[in-house]
Amino acid sequence: MIEFQLDTTSGVATYLQLVQQVHQALQLGFLEPGDQLPTAQQVVAKLAINPNTVLKAYRDLEREGLVQPRPGVGTFVIRSFPDTDPAALNRFLGTLTNWLDSARAAGLSSVDIEAIYRTAIRNSFSEAVA
Amino acid sequence: MTAALETNGLGKKYGRRWALHDCTLTIPTGKVVGLVGPNGAGKTTLLHLAVGLLTPTSGTITVLGGRAGDGPSKLARVGFVAQATPTYAGLSIAKHLKMGAWLNPTWDGDLAKRRIEQLGLDPSQKVGSLSGGQRAQVALTLAIAKRPELLLLDEPVAALDPLARREFLQGLMEVVAEHGVTVVLSSHLVADLERVCDFLVVLEASHVQLAGEVETLLASHHRLSGPRRDPRSLPASQHVIEESHTDKQSTLLVHSDEPILDPGWTVMPVTLDDLVLAYMGQAHSEREPQRGLRLIP
Repeated sequence: MIEFQLDTTSGVATYLQLVQQVHQALQLGFLEPGDQLPTAQQVVAKLAINPNTVLKAYRDLEREGLVQPRPGVGTFVIRSFPDTDPAALNRFLGTLTNWLDSARAAGLSSVDIEAIYRTAIRNSFSEAVA
Repeated sequence: MTAALETNGLGKKYGRRWALHDCTLTIPTGKVVGLVGPNGAGKTTLLHLAVGLLTPTSGTITVLGGRAGDGPSKLARVGFVAQATPTYAGLSIAKHLKMGAWLNPTWDGDLAKRRIEQLGLDPSQKVGSLSGGQRAQVALTLAIAKRPELLLLDEPVAALDPLARREFLQGLMEVVAEHGVTVVLSSHLVADLERVCDFLVVLEASHVQLAGEVETLLASHHRLSGPRRDPRSLPASQHVIEESHTDKQSTLLVHSDEPILDPGWTVMPVTLDDLVLAYMGQAHSEREPQRGLRLIP
């Protein structure tokens, strides 16, 4: 069983932190299909957070098809992530590294690059929203 | 869904001063509500009106679908722990529980006993010899053992050290998880409540400044910073709550239900703390308009 942690300074919504920790545990193999997630009561007893927050996180995970509640028993992992294609990961890493090298060669500092990166992320994702 | 607590134009006057004024509020059932505001904002007055310890000067308050404090059957459905978690110092824990059983028709003796055991307390111990945190836990035990549908807690953690505070909130959240009780807890510090509440009410200067689901509030407020500009040039859907300007830069806290797409702004999410302070600040500037601070068009 995994144990949730909370980073109150991250600015990330609490339920999202729980969702991300389950994602991470699945990716790292700490959680596998058949494993049980802690009950809402166990989570709130440890973290002192609102039980609705835990239930919301579990509903999100259920909607993603990763977990399934069994009434009266608990919430169980039913599926793990399909492995991301390592070749694709390497390809994108390569492209980004090349881009970074050329940005540095053009005299951009890491602060400049981060600003560009954040703007690009925002533009790309807000297009997806709009 | 019925409301656990509903007020309409509710007001309470002490002498010539309004302790609470024109308060209109709906608190849905099943929520954990943070009632936040500085000392003297009207938090205790609102809670006392909800229990029926006070009667309104104006307006109405409805608790669990009926009049507040309306007879023993209504009182049995509402749990209340007053500020400083009052207990009887000379009585043992066991006697407190016995008294609870006598006074409350819906008393859950097993729940009370189990909780005292979990807390590692000796029932024969006099409550006066307990620590502040333990006393607060005993008071909470008394309030939840009557199995209320609505639990009102006035500044329950203000006097506790950080560890006792955490333990108190853990216990409270376990109760919420187990029994689905609606909880209203007040504090002058939002940081105390940030983890537990999913509904926020900000009281300041006897008025409700802000009320709503925490998630909705956080999603609909944004901190914008960018080159200096006049806030009046913003789209009508963006409502400025707080602004500050230097000669080159403007920083705004805005309310907007739509995403901020203007690329001129750096958009940052807000924390609950930011929100509470901004809305309290707004209450102040409404009362004493700051002259001499003019905005450059």
